Amino acid sequence: MDAMAAIKQTFFQECEEQLAELESGLLAIEGGQSDLETINAVFRAVHSVKGGAGAFHLDDLVGFAHIFETTLDHVRGGKLAPTPELLKTMLRSADVLADLVRAARDGGTVEEGRKKALADELARWSGGSGGAPAAEEAAAEEEDSLAGLNFVPIQITEDDVDFSGAAPDAGNTFKVSFKPHRALYAKANDATLILRELSSLGTAEIVCDESQLPKLGELDPEEAYLIWNITLNTEKDEQAVREVFEFVDTDCDLTVEKADPPGAADVDIAALIRQATEAAAPAEAEPAAAAPAPTPAAASAPANAAASGDHPAAGGKGDAGIAVTAQTTIRVDLDRVDRLADLVGELVINQAMLAQRITEGNHGKASSASVALDELEQLTREIQESVMAIRAQPVKSVFQRMPRLAREVATLTGKSVRLIMDGEGTEVDKTVIERLADPLTHMIRNAIDHGLESPEKRRAAGKSEEGTVRLSAMHRSGRIVIEVADDGAGINRARVKQIAIDKGLIPADAQLTDDEVDNLIFLPGFSTASTVSNISGRGVGMDVVKRSVQALGGRISITSVPGKGSTFAMSLPLTLAVLDGMVVTVADQTLVVPLTAIVETLQPKQADVHGMGGDSRVIAIRDRFVPLVDVGQVLSYRYEAADPMTRVALLVETEGGARNALLVDAIQGQRQVVIKSLEANYGRVPGIAGATILGDGRVALIVDVDAVVADARGDVYRDPGLAMAS
Amino acid sequence: MSTTILTVDDSRTMRDMLMLALTDAGYRVVQAEDGVHGLEVLRNEMPQVVITDINMPRMDGFGFIENVRKSDKHRAVPILVLTTESDAEKKDRARRAGATGWIVKPFDPVKLVNAIRRVSGVAA
Repeated sequence: MDAMAAIKQTFFQECEEQLAELESGLLAIEGGQSDLETINAVFRAVHSVKGGAGAFHLDDLVGFAHIFETTLDHVRGGKLAPTPELLKTMLRSADVLADLVRAARDGGTVEEGRKKALADELARWSGGSGGAPAAEEAAAEEEDSLAGLNFVPIQITEDDVDFSGAAPDAGNTFKVSFKPHRALYAKANDATLILRELSSLGTAEIVCDESQLPKLGELDPEEAYLIWNITLNTEKDEQAVREVFEFVDTDCDLTVEKADPPGAADVDIAALIRQATEAAAPAEAEPAAAAPAPTPAAASAPANAAASGDHPAAGGKGDAGIAVTAQTTIRVDLDRVDRLADLVGELVINQAMLAQRITEGNHGKASSASVALDELEQLTREIQESVMAIRAQPVKSVFQRMPRLAREVATLTGKSVRLIMDGEGTEVDKTVIERLADPLTHMIRNAIDHGLESPEKRRAAGKSEEGTVRLSAMHRSGRIVIEVADDGAGINRARVKQIAIDKGLIPADAQLTDDEVDNLIFLPGFSTASTVSNISGRGVGMDVVKRSVQALGGRISITSVPGKGSTFAMSLPLTLAVLDGMVVTVADQTLVVPLTAIVETLQPKQADVHGMGGDSRVIAIRDRFVPLVDVGQVLSYRYEAADPMTRVALLVETEGGARNALLVDAIQGQRQVVIKSLEANYGRVPGIAGATILGDGRVALIVDVDAVVADARGDVYRDPGLAMAS
Repeated sequence: MSTTILTVDDSRTMRDMLMLALTDAGYRVVQAEDGVHGLEVLRNEMPQVVITDINMPRMDGFGFIENVRKSDKHRAVPILVLTTESDAEKKDRARRAGATGWIVKPFDPVKLVNAIRRVSGVAA
């Protein structure tokens, strides 16, 4: 029982894989990739689900999968062209199939009407006349599989009852003539076994007809020469008798005739079987042993010589053809990988400590200790990358949920949407993937609900009625960038600004660039939908998306072109465990600034720095004024504004693309650091993203660039004389 | 030594179910995930019976059977085809490829063991 429960669990896991395969296959076909292999893979997926479901008597699932499979079989056989309309039906059917699987697993139900509607639709495609033919077919199959169960009706007639007292074996008598063909033996069937099976039905008298057996010299060991004539006395009916020959009925001459019961059928069954076995033995043993072809037979039977000459060649070819190494995978508990990752983190810290000691010990760069340390560093980095690679997974697992979401949102909004996905194979840390689903879901919903126009509006604007949403992932300079782009109307900036003013998010007279207006939608409490739809609504705004992306150490930005559409781009770290950082000094504290945020570093010149009233200052960098943010002041290490001239400025870019210059006291160097959560070990500190342990064993805080900039910008906000411009 | 049976099926569920039913019946079971893999396994194994699925990636059941029948070492092994398709066409094609018999999925363990006995004459 437990074993079955475990298998059932495997089945549901496998179903998820098959469903994913099904969906991506259907999407590939929709995208024009309708080669036979793709269609076969799709067919196999549904077929496997059906096969497993049958074993667990999940009848709803089997029924629907069967109808689906029938339609797919038509496509596979070329009887049905995979038109866009058919694919739409099939994609929605895949959704229903997924729901049925989940209902079977979690104990829910699937709306009968929806299932029925799609089943009918599928049946129309394959049958042409509603659900009836498919249903009949399913029923036919069921009957067939029942037949396969070998429930053999026992015929009891009054005659039998009368007769039973006299002879217990009495019933029907059959005259069976059985002449195996050469093919019967070639398929590894065995006349002996068939005769034995037949004898088990009752009492049998088996006579071997050897009349066609040639002389030994002319005998072809692979040919079939023997004929058996059997008189069978059994309680079973003719169907049961024929069933014995089920596997071989096309490979033999078989006649089964019902005869009158014999007077006395006192036959020694055991002797008969022995006799039959002996008779059959030479005929069946020889083909089996034909591999080391006996030379006389080979010499005397040219046909056979040719055949056995062929075999080694064919076998050799087969062997060469199957020299494909199977991909081996193991399943490992995630905890173990995490433990390994943690240990590697400790190793990195330890190595940094060792490096520090060696430096302190005043060994030269060329000393053997330093050289060994270099090698250790190299190794550590490789180990670290390997561990990260174990945790890395393609984003496909999240992406593949999106087509369904897109279809559902499209249906709810009455829009026509085509979702194009790129770069599903892009790999990123498992933790990042898990936390990607929510923001991505919301972004797709948003793109369809708010981004795309209604078909009527699109037509009026001279666009195709079907809107396009493109979801893509790519690696870019050590980060993963995920974009959601729609070809809708773009952001209505006037309206967005008005809403922000109405909601008191910005002053009425604020002067904003287009970029800044676009970024308003990320502000908490902003929602462009005048009526909260049940799609994008649900109390989730883009601010929540932004926050979850930031929590992952990522940034989100938007670019929008009126009439052409909007693109949201998330840029995320590949792993949450390690960070390339710039180690800096601020007010005698060592801090780490994520390298990805830094555009360049520069030495401020007196002439470039300008006061803006209060503590606010800007710095001119190549004809642009950029706010100068004193990190020491923002993090409250000091109260007085520091003198920029003796310090260093880091030009950073925030997620919105806005540039700021962070003022720090000095740069110590660039280093890969292992991120330790400050929240988990201490508590949340504004402006700080996390912590790390340095080579000397001290804790260094990792600066949250966006938060520091926002904090500094907040100061500017409070200054009524200035717009919120960054 | 107990009777060895090779099962070839791309579905983990089906492989597990076959494994359970066959080991319960006392057989030794070796598994393969598709036709190509099955042929690889056959290089080192000498099963008394082979049970194979039809729809599989890389090499389907038909191709697998044809290859086994071409091999000097294994061409006399009884091969049972596992199929949900009970229509005559599939059975016929399996038979033309050289299958010894078939089992209709979902299978009943008793029926499975019966079919094995029927084509091989050996109990576990």
